[in-house]
Amino acid sequence: MPMTLEKAQVTLPSDREVQVARSFKAPRTLVYRAFTEPKLVRQWLLGPPGWTMPVCEMDVRVGGAYRWRWRSNEDGTEFGFNGVFREVEPGKRLVHTESYDPGTTGQGMGDGEATITVTFTEDGGVTTVTSLMDFGSKESRDAAVATGMTDGMEQSYQLLERVLAQQPAS
Amino acid sequence: MTASDRLDATFLALADPTRRAILARLALGEASVSELAEPFEMSQPAISKHLKVLERAGLVSVSQEAQRRPRRLEGKPLGEANAWLEQYREAWEANFQRLDRLLEALQRKPAARTRRRKRSRR
Repeated sequence: MPMTLEKAQVTLPSDREVQVARSFKAPRTLVYRAFTEPKLVRQWLLGPPGWTMPVCEMDVRVGGAYRWRWRSNEDGTEFGFNGVFREVEPGKRLVHTESYDPGTTGQGMGDGEATITVTFTEDGGVTTVTSLMDFGSKESRDAAVATGMTDGMEQSYQLLERVLAQQPAS
Repeated sequence: MTASDRLDATFLALADPTRRAILARLALGEASVSELAEPFEMSQPAISKHLKVLERAGLVSVSQEAQRRPRRLEGKPLGEANAWLEQYREAWEANFQRLDRLLEALQRKPAARTRRRKRSRR
């Protein structure tokens, strides 16, 4: 079923996973480049306003490493992610590990390594990117979610919306 | 409890399908433990265990008035979790909207880009 996700959609495929999906009005090959070429990645993968991405190194091939680091313009705080590419199918699919680098924040985010599978599918010039994040265990996922490194649990969020809509104002 | 601890408790409580179903049921109105246990293939003690987690997170309260001690939904922690989630949703969306603009710019001037792509072409 072709579908276009104009807003980021977040779901929980299993107890240990979070999935984020979003569609872009561009061909698959171009979207793939925006996810794999450092000079493009650092232009958009920035998080909250006021953060830049001073380190963005990506050796996109099987066994190649990547290193991402963000810095707050306000107080110089840094944190990042790094990992290794496990599968690389140009234009189609990427699998990489992801470990949290607490940088100067001094804050852990649950131990362990996540495995991220990114797939690119195109339909009529619209490319949908799906990132499946497997944290290895429910505890690690919940820790990651609770620390805010993911966009959260859309299923719960939808439930919350329904629930809140039915709540009398308190 | 700090705000962060409260969110942890809220998300722990929400990270279970049975507990989410209990909340959805309570959103329709208060219910006793046996009423809550009915739609699930679970014993009342098992449901009570789930209710304890929800109560610890402040998501559900127990009414002392009636003998059947109905449970009711508490909106405030959900509101906090909702606001917190929205913040991160917006962070993702901000990234993706920047990517939208970048992709648009890349498609506007394809000639300028192809020259620089040669080396990495496969």
